[in-house]
Amino acid sequence: MLNSVPGMINCLEFDAFLVDYLEHALPAGQSRQFRLHLLMCPDCRRYLKGYRHTIDLARTSMQEPDEPVSEEVPDELVQAILSAQRADSPRQ
Amino acid sequence: MRDNTDLSARLRAGDPGSYEQLVRAHGGRMLSVARRFVRNEQDAQDCVQEAFLKAFQNINGFEGRAALGTWLHRIVVNVALGKIRSGNRRPEFSIEDLLPEFDTEGSRVDPGRQELASPEAQIEAAEIGQLVRSAIDQLPEDYRNVIVLRDIEGYDTEETAALLGIASGAVKTRLHRARAALKTLIELAMSGEKP
Repeated sequence: MLNSVPGMINCLEFDAFLVDYLEHALPAGQSRQFRLHLLMCPDCRRYLKGYRHTIDLARTSMQEPDEPVSEEVPDELVQAILSAQRADSPRQ
Repeated sequence: MRDNTDLSARLRAGDPGSYEQLVRAHGGRMLSVARRFVRNEQDAQDCVQEAFLKAFQNINGFEGRAALGTWLHRIVVNVALGKIRSGNRRPEFSIEDLLPEFDTEGSRVDPGRQELASPEAQIEAAEIGQLVRSAIDQLPEDYRNVIVLRDIEGYDTEETAALLGIASGAVKTRLHRARAALKTLIELAMSGEKP
């Protein structure tokens, strides 16, 4: 049904524009087509909402694990690095 | 920036105290970054060690235009990606079944999975974090890496293309498929289904 509207892209074309749309990298004409489709298609509105939410969930879950990650580096790792550095640098 | 300049000058001069200062200032964050790419703690620590040794060796190449932390971040990402490339790849599944489907007219075929927003309210935040990390971990390596670089580490498409050694168009395609597959995996996990 939507395909019969002049200038209307279908859901498959909408899907192909998603990454560029979210990067604000769509040319003006395609951006207009994308927004028109978004206005008319509830399935794609729902899909875009879930797609954005997925990105947010990935970001927050990987940056804020359950257990707080210490910004301190384990002391044994510091010593291993410094020891390797000394071995790598004969002038010291 | 002045601290950068002072510290990098001391590193260039081979001041022993400067190495430890750099490691203690940036090691924790680099370890967090490495953990997002490789799958076990020992590999993550190996990446950080290798990254620091590369940084010490190449300190003369640090021009001071970026922050030292930004420079080190890119080094540890490169090391982690190299480690993944050279390691044994896990058996991986095709993500085709996780991608959206369209009918012959290009209209979306909604398989009727639950939306992300609704069941989430019933799940504790910590549980969601674990569930999402597990879903990311299920992605094949190529897709997982592009999500981590673009959506978590914040590199742009061109930077991601350079880090992965692929064209920027391929980054966009891979990123889109990775996000779509991840969306499905999270929805399936939230509804208690398995892929």
